[in-house]
Amino acid sequence: MAAAAEPVNRRFEIGEFLAQEREKDLLRFSTAGSVDDGKSTLIGRLLYDTQSVYEDQVRSIEGKGTTAPGQIDFALLTDGLRAEREQGITIDVAYRYFSTARRKFIIADTPGHEQYTRNMATGASTADAAIVLIDASKGVLIQSRRHAYIASLLRVRHVLVAVNKMDLTGYDEPAFRAIESEFRAVLEQIASDTGTPVEAHFVPVSALKGDNVVRATAAMPWYKGPSLLELLEALPSAQDSRSAPFRFPVQRVLRPDHTFRGFAGQIASGTVRRGDEIAIFPSGRKAKIERIVTFDGDLDAAIAPLSVTLVLDRELDISRGDLIAGGGAAPVVARSVKASLVWMDQRPLDVNRRYLLKHTSHSVPALVSSIDHRVDLGALTHEPAPALRMNDIGAVSLHLLRPIAVDLYRDNRGTGALILIDPETNATVAAGMVTAAQGLASANEEDEAAAWGRVTAGEREARWGHRGGVLELSGPTELIDAVERSLFAVGAATCLIDSGQQAALQHMGLLDVLTDMQTQSGLLTLVAHAGEEGVLTASAGGLEITLDADNKMHAVTAVHQLLQRAGIFISPEGADL
Amino acid sequence: MPVAENESVQASPRTPTVTSPRLNHLRLLEAESIHILREVASEFERPVMLYSIGKDSSVMLRLAQKAFYPAPIPFPLLHIDTGFKFAEMLAFRDEMARQVGVELLVWRNEPAIAAGTNPIVLDTRRCCGLLKTQALLDALRHYNFDAAFGGARRDEEKSRAKERIYSFRDTAGQWDPKNQRPELWNLYNARIHPGESIRVFPLSNWTEMDVWQYIHEEKIPVVDFYFAKERPMYVRPMSAGQEALLPTEQDFVARPGEKPQMVKCRLRSLGCSPCTGAIRSDADTIPAIIAELIGFRSSERANRVIDHDQEGSMEIKKREGYF
Repeated sequence: MAAAAEPVNRRFEIGEFLAQEREKDLLRFSTAGSVDDGKSTLIGRLLYDTQSVYEDQVRSIEGKGTTAPGQIDFALLTDGLRAEREQGITIDVAYRYFSTARRKFIIADTPGHEQYTRNMATGASTADAAIVLIDASKGVLIQSRRHAYIASLLRVRHVLVAVNKMDLTGYDEPAFRAIESEFRAVLEQIASDTGTPVEAHFVPVSALKGDNVVRATAAMPWYKGPSLLELLEALPSAQDSRSAPFRFPVQRVLRPDHTFRGFAGQIASGTVRRGDEIAIFPSGRKAKIERIVTFDGDLDAAIAPLSVTLVLDRELDISRGDLIAGGGAAPVVARSVKASLVWMDQRPLDVNRRYLLKHTSHSVPALVSSIDHRVDLGALTHEPAPALRMNDIGAVSLHLLRPIAVDLYRDNRGTGALILIDPETNATVAAGMVTAAQGLASANEEDEAAAWGRVTAGEREARWGHRGGVLELSGPTELIDAVERSLFAVGAATCLIDSGQQAALQHMGLLDVLTDMQTQSGLLTLVAHAGEEGVLTASAGGLEITLDADNKMHAVTAVHQLLQRAGIFISPEGADL
Repeated sequence: MPVAENESVQASPRTPTVTSPRLNHLRLLEAESIHILREVASEFERPVMLYSIGKDSSVMLRLAQKAFYPAPIPFPLLHIDTGFKFAEMLAFRDEMARQVGVELLVWRNEPAIAAGTNPIVLDTRRCCGLLKTQALLDALRHYNFDAAFGGARRDEEKSRAKERIYSFRDTAGQWDPKNQRPELWNLYNARIHPGESIRVFPLSNWTEMDVWQYIHEEKIPVVDFYFAKERPMYVRPMSAGQEALLPTEQDFVARPGEKPQMVKCRLRSLGCSPCTGAIRSDADTIPAIIAELIGFRSSERANRVIDHDQEGSMEIKKREGYF
């Protein structure tokens, strides 16, 4: 009969199985480590011992790899990409799936070297737990500290410390205990730095031999605790935030016809019930929940992280990006926040650049007004830094061009997290966790205090809507005047230098000094040259365009676009570059 | 089974429930997928849903209904028709689109089909390149789609395990596995330059088992081929006592001397008829399929010829623009 259906399935009761499946929840955990500490072997072992790999997958790796003859190299089960197979390293985040009788699991499997800090942060961002590997034969290395630090920073509550390769130390208890006490001290130091305590669980394992990975073996009778998998099965599910304040970022307004207007989104935290009084941010207006709509029927109550559609009892102007919040602690509506950043881009953080900050379901232009410190992950100390480079972790102050409603990341992972996007390259350049948010009212007080200090580049930008820069124009005088007029009209602080003044300044060797000064002061300097008939040439930030001078409207618009592309001009719409 | 069993296809509210459903793994996966569908629909100008008629597409379509209910699905479906799809599948496709009330676009690489492209004349890699990858890229360009949903899951294949939910594609539609955008929390970076696009995989975190369980719980219609019944097949002996069951839709599949035989079998994953092998099976209900799945010793794509035509072949196809 069926080649695929083994006799065992005949005895198997499918109804019972499906009922059991219905009770399973989902736990996401991250792992980090390099080939050397046996991370891939550990995951391969978890998958293999929980029967989560298929025979053809095992067959495809048999006889390959670096293990002894006859022994399967489990690492090959998880190393995905060709490039990695060629180099023998894991270079990115890979997701794996397995399940036991009690729970389903998603593993975010990340590399452990320093240059992959960003991948570790990515994996930890959605994790409820993290497995930190320590090679028992080498002791606590920097990469274990780094991973524990990132787990704590990203608020992964449970850290399972797998002290691996116990077989190489002769399954020696004192060696394990020494590592445990050393690493507990490290974890305490980390918690005091990140402000997020972690719950640590230490397990002595041998991934290669399978000891204490899925089940305890006879190898370490002195260890009475649970295996790694038993721990994973027993951890409380972190998605249980139903008692937290209700937060619901509006993703989309659904309006199929004039009788229905609903706000679609995913509950970030807490519970919502029909009849609840809610407030909408940033406006602060209030309303009541009339219906909680789903395809499968209306609900009386819904908890995080369900995706639902809310209908309110009155017409309010609400759009994508607004936050619906329940009673209890309100979110902070802020234009300046402090955040921990993990820098993820080749180009270092530049305090003179404008970034797009994405938070819940909206994006706002943002400036990094200061880099407060960089974290030295080796010594766990803070140091001043002029920039953050790829894989650096630091603390910054951000100035937003529009207010957003936020919570602190430590209170709410959903409404306290942000990413920064470079609007030119569109790359995701940083992940951020809000550590402090200045409410709008008190932001004014801060401004008051700042009124006596030096004017910052951020403040100038916020006022004028552009950064300092030089725009060179050559063409008919009246068209150059029209360009300045149009810039003036949108609030730009301009300064026009005509050809006569230019010649005089150049003669004194002062032209560059002057334009540099003005740029630093945030002014937009227009350097006008006499040009060809009927043509306007404009250049800024290394970009140049040539335009038909007779089409005045088009020429003026094109110059504005040039200033946007050059990163100088900030349009009123901000995000819509 | 399937097309008939569809009261649940209609978007109509049922009796209100007292509290929200228990959040088991399926509810959690569903909530995540709906969030992704809504983000893409809100952030892109011209999204489209790639609809392949298979079980994963069926789940994705249901999730789209749920995401926008009571509003209609705000994007069309696109089916890339290689000309080698089973006739029953096409009828099912048209019926589903009609019932759900969603616009359906069909694209075929007509010049290549007219030229007689098939996996025997060419190899599977070039056949897929023309009839799937090229057709897909042409269709996306023709309609100017800037985001395309696909039903791929990370548990299907090793290179997929590393692909982002928002998978960035350059102006040629290609994937660069070494230059993927970091993807943290549920904050997706939707920014692209003109001509670039994003492939979006809302089912990334679902497993094959999750998909079947969801189909079962939600009574989602699926194509009849997934259920075992007597069908004509070419039975071809393979190495190590294995055999291949090949559908008889296309004559050119048969080797000299091969005659169709009636075999009780089903398809585990639906591709083009020449490249999809069946398995012997008695599983004629969804619980039976799930029971069979537990007993399986072979992963789902093992009967798909295209994944094995060369080492790391799925990754190569994706770099070229394949889903």
